Amino acid sequence: MSAPTSRQTQFRAAILDPDRPAPPGLTDGRGAPAGRRFSVYRNNVVVSLTEALEKAFPTVRKLIGAENFATVAGLYLRAHPPTSPILSRYGAGFPDFLGAFEPLGHLGYLPDTARLDRALVDSYHAADSAPLDPGRLGALAPDDLLRLHLGFAPAVRLLRSPWPIHGIWRFNNEENAPQPPHTAQDVLITRPAYDPVPRLLPPGGAALIAALSAGKSLGDALDAATGEAADFDLSPLLTRLLQDNALSGAQVKAPA
Amino acid sequence: MSNTLKSAALVGAFATALAGHATTASAAEQEKCYGVSLAGQNDCKAGAGTTCAGSSTVDYQGNAWKLVDKGTCTTMELPAMADGTARMGSLEELGRDLPSS
Amino acid sequence: MLDQTRRTTLPLAPGVGYKPQHYAEIMADAGPIGWLEIHAENYMGAGGRPVAQLRHLSERFPISVHGVGLSIGGEGRLDPDHLSRLRRLSDWLDPASFSEHLAWSTHESAFLNDLLPLPYTSDTLQRVVDHIDELQEAIARPMLLENPSSYLAFAESTWEEPDFLDEIARRTGCGLLLDVNNVFISATNLGFSPQGYIDAFPLRRVGELHLAGHDTEADDHGRPLLIDSHGREVDEPVWALFDYTLARSGPRPALIEWDNDVPDWPVLAAEAARAGAALSRSVATGDEVPA
Repeated sequence: MSAPTSRQTQFRAAILDPDRPAPPGLTDGRGAPAGRRFSVYRNNVVVSLTEALEKAFPTVRKLIGAENFATVAGLYLRAHPPTSPILSRYGAGFPDFLGAFEPLGHLGYLPDTARLDRALVDSYHAADSAPLDPGRLGALAPDDLLRLHLGFAPAVRLLRSPWPIHGIWRFNNEENAPQPPHTAQDVLITRPAYDPVPRLLPPGGAALIAALSAGKSLGDALDAATGEAADFDLSPLLTRLLQDNALSGAQVKAPA
Repeated sequence: MSNTLKSAALVGAFATALAGHATTASAAEQEKCYGVSLAGQNDCKAGAGTTCAGSSTVDYQGNAWKLVDKGTCTTMELPAMADGTARMGSLEELGRDLPSS
Repeated sequence: MLDQTRRTTLPLAPGVGYKPQHYAEIMADAGPIGWLEIHAENYMGAGGRPVAQLRHLSERFPISVHGVGLSIGGEGRLDPDHLSRLRRLSDWLDPASFSEHLAWSTHESAFLNDLLPLPYTSDTLQRVVDHIDELQEAIARPMLLENPSSYLAFAESTWEEPDFLDEIARRTGCGLLLDVNNVFISATNLGFSPQGYIDAFPLRRVGELHLAGHDTEADDHGRPLLIDSHGREVDEPVWALFDYTLARSGPRPALIEWDNDVPDWPVLAAEAARAGAALSRSVATGDEVPA
């Protein structure tokens, strides 16, 4: 015989699996069995975690509708309950879960859309940072620009997708937004002040930002960008990064 | 591209970017709030209702569960992807190994 | 100065559970509000608006930190990462009060996001005492422990809830947070007298009172089953129980909690004003039980 199952092991199992009977030895305070009273806890857990996922993945919810979302969320939360008491972090594995979920397999763009939703929440809670003073860039000598290393604010997130995730996001979050284009899209999430904004990157832009964030110099990052898009133009992207307070540091380093 | 050409291109890009930045300094205040402020709030409330959501199982076995035809995915015109490159979707946490000074 | 029995420096005034949508109105004119309560777990991000708002609010109002995720009644050990986060929050914010629940929510690494019930046994008592000792050491200040809202009871319980809480407070030196709505809910659901519960409660240890609205459902026998939904005005019988409590405890910092279907600020402020009026009456009668 195994050791008696602890109360909290019983509760955890019965809360997450409604096919199990409620744990034994629970009463209504008057000596009678608790009956459906245990379901209050089942309901609290499932409803509150579903709400947390709804708030973290609003675009996914709009795409598949509230009813479908609640079903998928119910499956996810029972298989993957939170491991942290900080609810705003819940759902890191939800995009991959969607990707492996057969009945939604025909919506290939869903996992990346979920990644965008998730990244917006992460950006919202990311650390603050002092924006780069543009005057420092203006003071650099032309030769230094090639050897410039740029750092990004902690709230910045880069998302590359074979799907038009920016267009999909706009279609679901902005009034009168157009139909998404039939192209791949890269998105840079910036946080100009406290509200994250998904910015559509031009071809080559994601390569540049990925290279810079990997510690490459601006000269090397520019090569990466033009390698993907021969006519890549740095200046509009640089303007955007400065306007959005997306840069947090700049340093000229001698070539290694 | 030679380094000289690249350097010249960068000078031009920086000049344009810095001029553009100077004219829109208050862009930060114009941003909309998209509602993520309420994402995943911790509460000590109970959910309304006693039985419905928590006690119903989903009849999901393999592919038995069917997507109900609802949501904007039914109105969004997005045929099988045109882009054939099929990059893997990857969210990249940007490296912060650069000094911020 | 810290009230040595009640473990808080909150003012004898009404407070509200803070909701971000009320930020501008609270900063412009807080009306009857003397302090604010926040849920600790909503302010553990690295930065951004939540942390900035809390910083601004804390410059204007005493803040009560109300933890909803530590799982003090958990059978396993407390999450050391979460203890560290609570310590960091407590260190920079220096709150006027810190409270948590007589409940559990995490087991075998799953956080179930509900305040789950505990059997009142000697084993549970020892575990809760150990965990409160650990928490109070981590945050370097005393805490208040809140009575739960109950939907069922455990056959193995051997303690009455007021005695159980009193004994925990005696052993750990913590204060108590008396949620009057929870008392009314538990009394209705489990069939005991709410006034009898208040009479048995160690009121001298109470550093804060909670008030909230509840929903009414039915159990298998058609009897009312009240749900602690925090989604509406405080019910009249709960206001009456609040007056009953104040007449015995004397005035205490009192909080309106409203977490579901959060109303516009004037509605919440009106609830707080009503709590404030009850506090003033209890000050006027001057029948505070000495600590």
